[in-house]
Amino acid sequence: MIGALYFIAGQRAALALRSGNVGKLHSLPHYHGIWAATTSILPALFVLLAIVIGKNLLFQFWARDYFPQDVLNGDAVDRAIALAKVSNVVDGIDFGDVAPWVQSAGDAWIRWEANAIIVANILVLSVSLVGGFLGYRRIHPTFRSRNNVERILTWMLIGSSLVAIVTTIGIVLSVLFESIRFFKLVPPQDFLFGLEWNPQFEGAERAGSGGGTATYGMVPMFVGTFLISAIALTVAVPIGLFSAIYLAEYATPRTRGVVKPLLEILAGVPTVVYGFFAALTVAPFVKSVGESMGFEVASESALAAGLVMGVMIIPFISSLSDDVINAVPQSLRDAAYGLGSTRSEAVRMVVLPAALPGIVAAIILAVSRAVGETMIVVMAAGLAANLSFNPLDAVTTVTSQIVTILVGDQEFESAKTLSAFALALMLIITTLALNYFALQVVKKYREQYD
Amino acid sequence: MTDQSTKNLSPRQASERVALTIKARKRKESQFLFIGQSAVAVAIGFLILLFAGILSKGIPGFFQHYVTLEVQLDAAKLDPTGQMTIESLSQGDFDGAVRDSLYLALGNPEGRKAKRDARKLISSGSSQRLMTYVLNHPQQMGSTVAMKFAVDDDVDSFLRGFISRETSEADRRISDLQISYIDILDAQNRLSYEISDYLFFGSASRDAEMAGIFGALIGSLFTLLVCIILAFPLGVGTAVYLEEMAPKNRLTEIIEININNLAAVPSVVYGIMGLAIFISVFGMPRSIPLVGGIVLALMTLPTIIISSRAAIRAVPPSIRDAALGIGASKIQTIVHHVLPLAMPGILTGTIIGMAQALGETAPLLMIGMVAFIVDVPTGVTDPGTVLPVQIFMWADFAERMFVQKTSAAIIILLAFLVSMNGAAIFLRKKLERRW
Repeated sequence: MIGALYFIAGQRAALALRSGNVGKLHSLPHYHGIWAATTSILPALFVLLAIVIGKNLLFQFWARDYFPQDVLNGDAVDRAIALAKVSNVVDGIDFGDVAPWVQSAGDAWIRWEANAIIVANILVLSVSLVGGFLGYRRIHPTFRSRNNVERILTWMLIGSSLVAIVTTIGIVLSVLFESIRFFKLVPPQDFLFGLEWNPQFEGAERAGSGGGTATYGMVPMFVGTFLISAIALTVAVPIGLFSAIYLAEYATPRTRGVVKPLLEILAGVPTVVYGFFAALTVAPFVKSVGESMGFEVASESALAAGLVMGVMIIPFISSLSDDVINAVPQSLRDAAYGLGSTRSEAVRMVVLPAALPGIVAAIILAVSRAVGETMIVVMAAGLAANLSFNPLDAVTTVTSQIVTILVGDQEFESAKTLSAFALALMLIITTLALNYFALQVVKKYREQYD
Repeated sequence: MTDQSTKNLSPRQASERVALTIKARKRKESQFLFIGQSAVAVAIGFLILLFAGILSKGIPGFFQHYVTLEVQLDAAKLDPTGQMTIESLSQGDFDGAVRDSLYLALGNPEGRKAKRDARKLISSGSSQRLMTYVLNHPQQMGSTVAMKFAVDDDVDSFLRGFISRETSEADRRISDLQISYIDILDAQNRLSYEISDYLFFGSASRDAEMAGIFGALIGSLFTLLVCIILAFPLGVGTAVYLEEMAPKNRLTEIIEININNLAAVPSVVYGIMGLAIFISVFGMPRSIPLVGGIVLALMTLPTIIISSRAAIRAVPPSIRDAALGIGASKIQTIVHHVLPLAMPGILTGTIIGMAQALGETAPLLMIGMVAFIVDVPTGVTDPGTVLPVQIFMWADFAERMFVQKTSAAIIILLAFLVSMNGAAIFLRKKLERRW
């Protein structure tokens, strides 16, 4: 708002200057206006952002003054629990009696919060007023406000493109830190090669009541993930590939114009809808068919989830392969026809080999897509971590375990919660490796046609 | 060997040899074509199956059964203090008023069990509905009005024929007595099957007959609002920088690699990042559309960047040269000429990105938007949920009616997505220029 005022003031000032000595003004009046507005808005925005982000960290630091000595001397777990207690008081969540120091810390926190709002308001307003005024003061016929505005804009553009990097760093750090903490609790070799996944027993273990130990072996989940992905690909690759061949080589433009958007609808359907479909329609169908043939089928079989995921991936494979097949130059086909081959022979012996690297890359990308897919497996695959290669069994996947562990309330610093982050790390590594691999395949084997 | 034998063939022999194989090759050709056609047919068959399944379950979900009752609006009972405000009305006995009208319609059942069974016929939200009616029509106080109340979800299932009369009483969720009551109501023509207003204007509820998508829809709206406010300027800014200004150096390369990697990261990972950074480190509350919007914005950013770059690249260099030639600065060229010409393509990409964000569930589960929230959010910092997450939660409930409501909610979600994608296609067709 203040920015808008300064915009008007700056433009007015510039107009006034121009009316005095026409043609002497370096920049157009509205640039002066924008200049004044940015000098008032930008610094204020930075201050606001800094306050919002820094506030909590500062308060957490201050709150330590209230902690009793034994908590401060304890490890990170104790401190995190203490902080959680304080923030419960702040949010007004009542869990019965609280220790006096927690209460006082909470009260202080509420006080700080109230003060912070006042301080933030005053600070932001004054920064914007002062900034705007300083900018306004500089308006002068010879002042190059356009160049300045453009320089600021350029920096903003650079800043926005850095968001991609910041996001990547954010993803990596958030997952990495928690994973390292997890690996302090559970040795990495147990996690990577362990054949059993049983985090539920953690509570029992901590309480010392026996009843089993928690184990964190990720192998069953990766087997489950790849089992479901393999089922999905056996559905999607033939259908997707042959659809692409048909659309690219045989279909009339009209058919193509109808079928291609229809296939793309499949890609646009939200995954939660596929999950609902898998759980409600496909899973019972698979179960009844399987049982009528005399197999024992789990009600949340890998087959059902895999089939539906395959349907989801069809458009992915078909559109990528379609592009690749279309990129094969017509001269190759013409040459094949010239030698007397039929259409299918030209496709099988000339076009497909030429397009193969691209098709392989498309399939690898589809695998990475299937591995990262979440909602279908959460809704249609089971949670039991069976180490099984039987598609009729219930298996679980990496993504569905992450969701199960992290949705809802989590325990602090528990290996169970942290294991989700370690799983996510493995998931990121897997998908990125697959994508890198796909890129390399294309790079290495692609033929350059001119 | 083969070379030799072919060399020795006369043209006639060769063509004879080819003629021998022609039949087999033709057969192979038609087989190949058939495989291709059937692949397309199977894919479209899946699509039809998916939509048919959802439509057949979802269309009944738009309707539910109502019962019409004459309620006596007795001022002394409903508004004891007589101020006609929400506070005074909330002390009134609306439950009793609905109950009495129901008993009257059923011929005053005797006994506690009979009364309890009768009460369970209609939705527990009926008194709330009556209260809202009185609040909006204060002049009706003292008269008797005919109102439609939703029936309980079990009664609804019975009326739809999912619960059979032949099943023994112990095995079904409504008693014989209740069935006889339903028959009485039916004989008086009180039952009607209408478009469900609860579905559109109700919020999350454990009672299937009262559950609606309104709250989730508003939550989706707020989340998308945050998402577009963040993602659009950032995405277009990045695209402009990379296409128009970035020098060919290490940093640019890193940014490009990063964007491609981000496009490949599974969506659930964005949720984990949101949980670890925005909620744990910055201390933002859970389940608010603000955090959801930020996470979705980061997720859709690569989509928007990639399509915006393509759109900017499609603007011919001659336009830039012309603008620069008559003395425009670099920024002026971009803002006045390149961006307006690239805008249709940029908007298309943005709409597709927003459609993707609207249908996304997994990252929002991570940041706690699965909480059971009855209130409709009024801002981006109010806890809320979104449409796909609502669908996910309803899909877990066992009641028959929830299956239908879930399908109905899916139809609404798909309708939104289809219209967004339709708008994108329309934009591309109408505004795109070929240079």
